[in-house]
Amino acid sequence: MFYKLNNKAIKNSLSEQVQEISAQNVFDCYQCGNCSSGCPVVDYMDISPNQVMRLAQFGAIQEILDSETIWICSTCLQCSSRCPKGIDVSKVMEAFRAINLRKRFSKVEPNKTQIQNIKETPPILLVSAMRKMTG
Amino acid sequence: MNLPYYPGCTLKANASHFEDSAIKAMEILGHQLVEMKDWVCCGTVFSQTDDDLMLHLASIRNLLRAKEQGFDELVTLCSMCYNTLNRSKAFIDSDPDNLKKVTDFMYRENIEYDQDIQVYHLFNILKDRIKYETIEKLVHNPLKSLRLGAYYGCLLVRPKEFAIDDFEEPTIIEDFLRILGAEAIDYPYKLECCGAYQTLTQKDVSVKRCYEILNSAKKANCDAIVTSCPLCAYNLDFLQKEIEKEYVGFVNIPVFYFTELLALALGHTWEASWSELHAVDPLPLLKDKQLI
Repeated sequence: MFYKLNNKAIKNSLSEQVQEISAQNVFDCYQCGNCSSGCPVVDYMDISPNQVMRLAQFGAIQEILDSETIWICSTCLQCSSRCPKGIDVSKVMEAFRAINLRKRFSKVEPNKTQIQNIKETPPILLVSAMRKMTG
Repeated sequence: MNLPYYPGCTLKANASHFEDSAIKAMEILGHQLVEMKDWVCCGTVFSQTDDDLMLHLASIRNLLRAKEQGFDELVTLCSMCYNTLNRSKAFIDSDPDNLKKVTDFMYRENIEYDQDIQVYHLFNILKDRIKYETIEKLVHNPLKSLRLGAYYGCLLVRPKEFAIDDFEEPTIIEDFLRILGAEAIDYPYKLECCGAYQTLTQKDVSVKRCYEILNSAKKANCDAIVTSCPLCAYNLDFLQKEIEKEYVGFVNIPVFYFTELLALALGHTWEASWSELHAVDPLPLLKDKQLI
């Protein structure tokens, strides 16, 4: 992807918010790509996990907030368990979701899901999706 | 011996055969799963945000409720409950500030949250307390010639601090299947995500994930998959209808809860109500292997 570097934008209030919510230092990342190579759903993402980390280092937070990636991530923790720098990448992803959700944004509407048969749908599916994707 | 037990939402609904088979199998092993009273949802997915304690309150309240009833441990069957209860507990316990805020918030409770409660998965109990060797002696109906693929998914092994076994190369389920007399097959996708709650919004993601997992197991010649997570079980079992449409030539494969196989191996009869809750009927396989 194309992103124009801007010196002034690197430290901004949104990037500080990400670090505060996730309690992770995104500047620890040295772009080895282990997170993206282990991610089971990376082929559905518009920005790969290591690109998310790089953009976060550049302060390009809005680009990540608007991406599909943060909603495709299902918090399986493969990235976090394999990061050689010990960054909990899934926490960083959660921070981006949280910033959106705290503005009352919802990724899923309860009446617009892909469920065909509600009787055979387990509560664990409905509750977990609503917890992760509704604000 | 009585074991305080936390069921969680799905074991009271779509996975009631998971609970039923666990209770019956544990009875044969001489242990009663005693359901705690007044439990609420564990919160399902653990909140990874560092600054919002509200999202951990449901878990902590369950622990408090159990303590109030005189329990100092809780056993879960569902992988997600195990993961969420344990991680929320660790998150709150590890930080004195968090602990104080949560305790202050719950000031109207009858007792104070004192952290002195342990959460175990049933696999911990079977392996460490009852011991696999003891179970092996009680197996009356060995699952001979059944080739089973253990599916751990995410929640039993990640994060590694809460893994029930080695987080990259676990064998706790394989060892369990072997003592039941079955052949435990290793296959590459046993720790991969099934797509989880994406089934609600991006079903194609879960369908592809489940196809890859099931196909990987089938390539290794598994007759069936064994799991302990109701969300994985739902995705792997019920999405096979979609997988059949998407991937030509895909042949169904049954998905079991580990407790169903435990009960069966211990000599409990297979119950028709268990079959009804499966999407892919496991009966033809069990009949073929002369297990029922």
